Amino acid sequence: MAERRIRSRLLYSYLRDPSAIAGSIILFIFILAALLAPWITPQNPYDLEKLTLEYFLTPPIWMEDGTAPFILGTDDQGRDILSTIIYGCRTSLLVGFGVVLIAGTIGVTIGMLAGYYGKWVDTVTMRVADTLFSFSTTLLAFLFLGVFGHGSVFIVITAICIADWVRYARTMRGSVLEVKEAAYIMAARATGATDLRLLLRHILPNAVTPIFVVVAVDLAVVIMLEATLSFLGVGVPLTRPSLGMMIANGKQYIYVGMWWMILFPGAALVMLVVGINLFADWLREELNPKIKRKA
Amino acid sequence: MGTYIARRLIQGVAVLLVASMLCFAIFRYMGDPVVAMAGLYATFEEREMVRRSMGLDKPIYVQYVRFIWNAAHGNFGRSFVTRVPALDLILERFPATFELACVAVVMAFCIGVGSGVLVSLKPYAWRNRAIMAGSLGGISLPTFLTGILLIMVFAVYLGILPPYGRGEVLDLGFWRTGFLTLDGLWHLVLPATTLAMYQLAVLLRLTRAGMREVLTEEYIKTAWAKGLPPRKVIFKHALRNVLIPVVTITGLQFGELIAFSIVTETIYQWPGMGNLLLTSIYENDQPVIVTYIMLAALIILTVNIIVDILYALINPKIRYG
Repeated sequence: MAERRIRSRLLYSYLRDPSAIAGSIILFIFILAALLAPWITPQNPYDLEKLTLEYFLTPPIWMEDGTAPFILGTDDQGRDILSTIIYGCRTSLLVGFGVVLIAGTIGVTIGMLAGYYGKWVDTVTMRVADTLFSFSTTLLAFLFLGVFGHGSVFIVITAICIADWVRYARTMRGSVLEVKEAAYIMAARATGATDLRLLLRHILPNAVTPIFVVVAVDLAVVIMLEATLSFLGVGVPLTRPSLGMMIANGKQYIYVGMWWMILFPGAALVMLVVGINLFADWLREELNPKIKRKA
Repeated sequence: MGTYIARRLIQGVAVLLVASMLCFAIFRYMGDPVVAMAGLYATFEEREMVRRSMGLDKPIYVQYVRFIWNAAHGNFGRSFVTRVPALDLILERFPATFELACVAVVMAFCIGVGSGVLVSLKPYAWRNRAIMAGSLGGISLPTFLTGILLIMVFAVYLGILPPYGRGEVLDLGFWRTGFLTLDGLWHLVLPATTLAMYQLAVLLRLTRAGMREVLTEEYIKTAWAKGLPPRKVIFKHALRNVLIPVVTITGLQFGELIAFSIVTETIYQWPGMGNLLLTSIYENDQPVIVTYIMLAALIILTVNIIVDILYALINPKIRYG
C-alpha cells in the first residue's frame, strides 16, 4: 500500500515538473540514438572502408561548401561529425552506466556493511573512503590511466571506479545507520533472521532510496569525466569514438575557423549532462525528507 | 584535541607510506629503469654497471628503504628525458600552478558564496532563477570545454585576451611571479576563470542549499525579531553557520582542484606542474610522474589535516576524544 502511494506521488510530481520531464526526454533520446547508432547514422566513422579524404573538413550543410549527407560537416579525416557524435555518445553512456553499475554495487555493499556492523569495519572503510575522496575521483583516474595506459574502455571504467564507489558507500552507510534502529529490524532479528537475511530483505530495500539520487548525479559526473580523460589523451583508445577526443581533435583547428569540430560535440556533451542533471535535481528535491517536511 | 591531532598525523603518514609503496612499484616494475638510464643500445656490461650503481641488484626491501630514504631527502632521481633532478623540475613549475590556483579559488569563493547568499534570500525572483539556471550550466560544463569555449570567444573571435602561456614574468630569484606585470595578469584572466568556473557553481549551490535550511531555523527568527539589521542576521548569524561545511567541503575537495588544474594548464599551455605531468606521461618519464604523485599526496594530506583541525576548532559542537 505505502509503496504504491509513494510511486503515485512521485509520478504526480514528475508530471508537474517541466524540467524533470525535459531532462528525462533528453536522456531518453540520447540513449535511443546510441542504441540505434548503426541504423540511423549516414556513415560508420570508424569503418575505414567508408571514409574518403575527399570530403575532409566539410562545413555543415547549410554553409557554402556543405555537402550531403554530412549535416554537421566532417572532421580532418573525413568522418561525418553527426555520426561520430552519435557513436561517441555510445562510449559516453557505456562508460557512464558501466561505472554506475560497478561502483554502485561495490559502494552500496561496503556502505551497508560499514553501517550495519559498525566498530572497526566502519572505521577502516570510512577512513579509506575519506582518503580516496580527498584525492578525488578525477585525479586518481587520471594518474591510474597515465601510469597503466589506456588499452580499452574497461580500463577507463576501472580507473574511474577506484574512488567513485565512495559516493555510494557514504550515502548508503548514513541511510543504513538510520534504518537499522527501526522497530521492524529489531522484530525481524527477534524472529531469528540471519545477518544476511536482515541486510538483504529488510535493510537494503528500506535504505536504498537515497542511492537513486546518487546514481543520477554520478552518471552526469562520470560522463563528463570520461570526456575529460579522453580529451587529455588518457581515456578510451583512439579506435573508439569519444566526444572528448573529438573536441581535442578539433582544438587544433580552433584558429582557422573550423568551429563545427568543437561546437557540435561540445553541445552534445553539455545537452546530455544537463538532461541528466535536470532529472537529478528533481529527484533530489523529491526524495529528500528534510526539504519535504519543511515545505 | 592533542590526541586527535596526533591521530590525524599518524593516519597521514600511513597514507603517505601506501602512496610511496605504489610509487615504488610503478618505478620498479613499469618498464625497466636500467634501460631508461643506460639507453636502448647499451651493452650487457654497461647495463650491469648501471644496475649496480643504482642499487637495483639488492633485495627488494633494501631498495624500498633506499627509495624512502632518498624521497625523504627530496631525491627522486633524475628525469629520463632532461636528466635534471625530477624534484627541481617540478618545483621550478610550482609558482605558476600556485598562482593560478590561488586566483581561481579566491574568485570561485567570492563569487560563488556571494551569489549563493543572494539567491537564497529570494529564491523565486526571476533574476535568481536565472542565476540558478546558469549554475546548472556551470556544473554541466566540463572544465576542458569551458576553457576551449573561452579561448574561442575571447582569444579567437574577439581577440582581446591571450589564449596561451603565462606572459611576461618577474624573476624574484626563488619565485617567478606573473602578478607583478600587466602582461602576466592579462594572461591569467582566461585560465583562472576556467579553473574557477566548476568550483564556483558547486559553491553557489552548496551555499544556497545551506542558507535555505538555516534561514528557517528558530534562532534566525529570533534574530529578526530582536530587530537586528539584515546585514547582521544574514552574515553573522546565518552565513557563519553555513560557511563551516562549505569551507570544509572545499578543503576536502583539494584533489579535485589539482586534477582540474592539470586540465586547465594543458589547454592554455600554462607552464605549471600539471602541464609537466601530462608531458611526462606522454614521454613515460617515470621519475617525474612518481615525484608529482608523492608531492600531490603530501599537499593534499597536509591541506586535509589542516582543514580537519580547523573544523574541530571552529565548530564547538564537535569534541574529539
